[in-house]
Amino acid sequence: MCLGIPSKVIEVDPAFQTGRIDYLGTKIKTNFALLDDVKIGDWVIVHAGFAISRLDEADALETLDMLREMAEKS
Amino acid sequence: MRPMNGFRDKRVIAALLEKIAERRRGLTSPVRIMEVCGTHTMTIHRHGLKGLLEAAGVEMVSGPGCPVCITPNEIHEAALGLVTGRENTVLATFGDMTRVPTRRGSLQAAVPARGSEVKVVYSPEESIALARKSPGKDVVFFGVGFETTIPSIAFMAKSAAAERLANYSILSALWLIPPPLKAILESGEVRISGFLYPGHVSAIIGTAPYEFIARDHGFPGAVAGFEPGDILLGILSVLDQIREGKPRVANEYTRVVRQDGNPVARALMAEMLEPMDACWRGLGVIPASGLKLKPALAAFDAESKYGLRIEPRSADLPGCRCGDVLRGLIAPPECPLFSRTCKPDSPYGPCMVSFEGACLVYHKYGAPRP
Ligand code: SF4
Repeated sequence: MCLGIPSKVIEVDPAFQTGRIDYLGTKIKTNFALLDDVKIGDWVIVHAGFAISRLDEADALETLDMLREMAEKS
Repeated sequence: MRPMNGFRDKRVIAALLEKIAERRRGLTSPVRIMEVCGTHTMTIHRHGLKGLLEAAGVEMVSGPGCPVCITPNEIHEAALGLVTGRENTVLATFGDMTRVPTRRGSLQAAVPARGSEVKVVYSPEESIALARKSPGKDVVFFGVGFETTIPSIAFMAKSAAAERLANYSILSALWLIPPPLKAILESGEVRISGFLYPGHVSAIIGTAPYEFIARDHGFPGAVAGFEPGDILLGILSVLDQIREGKPRVANEYTRVVRQDGNPVARALMAEMLEPMDACWRGLGVIPASGLKLKPALAAFDAESKYGLRIEPRSADLPGCRCGDVLRGLIAPPECPLFSRTCKPDSPYGPCMVSFEGACLVYHKYGAPRP
């Protein structure tokens, strides 16, 4: 039920708060009513057809850098 | 965006495990961490983290985080009763729900009444679409879920009310995650040292609803994401909190979970739903642990619309120990039926059905028998 992997927004119909995401190469119809102001290019977490959260890209990269540093040091 | 596979990079995992082992060595008492969420259970087993963590001195215990599993028999049976007892009724639900065994069989094996059927949907939206396109049928969405799914079900209620969609209703089984954690702590049955909080439930509710666990009960915990690196970061944080003697609610999934969660989703939940004392499989009735449609939406609430009398009991089917598994009291292989009478293709209890169910996860990823 839960697509834990972040998906990219590729289509938005603001009038209906719906659109499509690209989930690992598949285009999936998604409801955006649970997020304010979704735009094409946003990364979102989708659960049961609804985008439930936005992915903060800068934050993700920061954590990744921290992890990589940890791996290099050990 | 740069690829995210760093969260499952072998060297990253090894470094994190080494750090965990190092922190663990400084602690004298056993470390048992409850992963509340079924999707965490799956990641932990699928990536072999269970054994690796054990080698590092950290035992993981599964919690009540599978909505399909904790929904008690009587609610499953009410759904079955609707589709077998009412003509021209479409019962729409998530795939896992159709395979849950009850005393009256499963939805999948049920013989529907004339003109009735069970439909598997991936999103609650598909259920409302069914109602729109088949005015001659009564569509009932059997909606089950935690805070991750609840906002989408609230959205369905709102849409149905706005459209005055008379042939649509919701049979709801909506569960909140913090109350059972309180119940587990207060029962004192399970010895645990801390919690790994579910990432996507927390994306909705934020971190505040877990604060009482650190403040009133003194237990550490961390919100974690679903990659192996996320889970290990969460465990590392719990160990640090134990070492420092400073329990708190850490957020190790900041790329997705904001401190205040998702306010839009929570406002929608508050608008359409109200708290209820709910009965959980294995855990019994827990105060304010569930949500139901507000009385103004009774026309869209299958329970009132069809006068269903559901008096859920928390009991398992005789012999099944799902309830004990959900409380963290036993690991699945301790159930005498595990992998013998009860297997994924012939499940005896719900914990062997859902992909978030601990029994299925243990069976699939071959945890050794005790
Ligand atoms: S193995 Fe099967 S019978 Fe045993 S607790 Fe799990 S679901 Fe129930």
